[in-house]
Amino acid sequence: MKAIEATNLRKTYRGGVRALDGLSLEVEAGTIFGLLGPNGAGKSTTVKILTTLSRADSGEARVAGLDVIRDAARVRRSIGVVGQKPGLDPEATGRENLEMQAEIYGIRGAARRECVDELLERLGLAEAGGRLAKTYSGGMQRRLDVALGLVHRPKVLFLDEPTTGLDPEARAELWREIERLAREEEMTILLTTHYLEEADRLASRLVIVDRGRIVAKGSPEDLKSELRGDTVQVELAESANGNAAAAVQHLPGVSELTLDGRLLRARVDNGGAAIPSMITSLERGGLRVAAATIARPSLDDVYLRHAGRSFQQADTDTKEVAA
Amino acid sequence: MTALHHTWQVALRYIRALLRQPAWVGISLVQPVIWLLLFGALFKRTADIPGFTGGSYIEFLTPGVVVMLAVSSAGWVGMGFIEDINRGTMDRLLVSPIWRGALNLGSVAQSVLSIVIQSVIVIGLSLAVGAHFHNGVAGVAVLVAVAGLLGAVFASLSNGVAVVTRQRETLIGIVTMVTLPLTFLSSALMQQSLLPSWIRWIAKFNPVNWAAEAGRSAAAANADWGLIATRTAFLALLLLASAAFATRAFNAYQRSI
Repeated sequence: MKAIEATNLRKTYRGGVRALDGLSLEVEAGTIFGLLGPNGAGKSTTVKILTTLSRADSGEARVAGLDVIRDAARVRRSIGVVGQKPGLDPEATGRENLEMQAEIYGIRGAARRECVDELLERLGLAEAGGRLAKTYSGGMQRRLDVALGLVHRPKVLFLDEPTTGLDPEARAELWREIERLAREEEMTILLTTHYLEEADRLASRLVIVDRGRIVAKGSPEDLKSELRGDTVQVELAESANGNAAAAVQHLPGVSELTLDGRLLRARVDNGGAAIPSMITSLERGGLRVAAATIARPSLDDVYLRHAGRSFQQADTDTKEVAA
Repeated sequence: MTALHHTWQVALRYIRALLRQPAWVGISLVQPVIWLLLFGALFKRTADIPGFTGGSYIEFLTPGVVVMLAVSSAGWVGMGFIEDINRGTMDRLLVSPIWRGALNLGSVAQSVLSIVIQSVIVIGLSLAVGAHFHNGVAGVAVLVAVAGLLGAVFASLSNGVAVVTRQRETLIGIVTMVTLPLTFLSSALMQQSLLPSWIRWIAKFNPVNWAAEAGRSAAAANADWGLIATRTAFLALLLLASAAFATRAFNAYQRSI
């Protein structure tokens, strides 16, 4: 069963910024699905469309089997949303925030009390429940936001960059809660993130989004194993010109060679075996090697391969566009 | 039923925030009290103008100040919406099954409540300095109700403008630009028959003037209930239109994000 289906979503904002350029995705019920990409890739726009907040210019989307435009009211009853910006009311206590959310979904009386108590307890806010939300730490506010999205036990939960701005400890805590929700409550969770390790850790399937379209999809393992071998990074003692590449290129099993100043990157079948021969042939060409490292393929490499630029680069590009 | 329940939930949220800072009611009272006492003293001799029939000037002025405070207090209500939008609270509510109308009406209810509290304080102060209202509690109640109705109109407009523009500066600009002229182009501070004829003509279309006329008549010796009923009906119609505008504004907002 598909919990989320989106076909060919397109959206251009006023002013001509194209946010989505024919994005399609499918999410199997009961799984954690990652939407990975740099800032400005179209992740939040996708979430806004799927959660009925915004509308696509064209394309179709169904969530929990319901059309997000024709059946918007019923979609809203089936989904929980934790947006990128805090959705809580800072002038109300944590408990009051949750009580209002419960009332909106028609949960009243004893049921409301039970539901609010349970959520406060589970997200570690039981003691802080009577305090105004504006006095909470960043991690606590985020947990309250998550609790607000869970009040009515949604079938599908959307988390838009849930851990951005959290310290490592708070992030790990939230990861555990997200995993628990998928496992114990059988929720379908769509998670957007621009942290590669977050997608790697949580999502069973993921798509990589770049410039409003999907450039890769699969399980994190599939995507990583698509890349043959290891990445070798060699730091030269002084910057070199093209002859450094020439010296290494003919070696067996070396591919995707790039040279950036003193940094030489290559993909090799077996890192351990390739490094000695690479160093030898570089030094024979008169280039001294300062350091060499081997890395197993990461999602960053997957991203580099599919989007044609590194993750950091894409992030910087968008920031420059935004500025 | 759900609509009413949702409206109450939204109102409760704002009212609770208001009660947590009761200083706010006090601060927002300073201005009307200054108007009442300062204008009352400054224009005291107005009562001596031939043709002035309003009794003492402070007695005449009080309904005007109540109407003014309704407009100026309700005008800023949209600021709360802008904060909610910037924060993400509004988006959280918009993806929930909450009735859209409740977002505006709940905020309007809070605004009307604080206008009622402020009006009662101003009227009390006016009584303390010697004003006399001829129709007793009923007249004063009608005056306060009309002020609340006018406040509801302006609060809805403020909310609608807030959702459409999403800019504090724009809202501040519009509120400042609109409220003072509307107040001075009405009989809030001066008896209608003594206004220059062009202002009298404009005032016919000015909702602030409708409220001033109706509120003042309700408190005066010879209340004109026909006039009160028509002006109240105008305001009620305007409230329907402005509440519809504030609610529809969310559609424009959702299309733009």
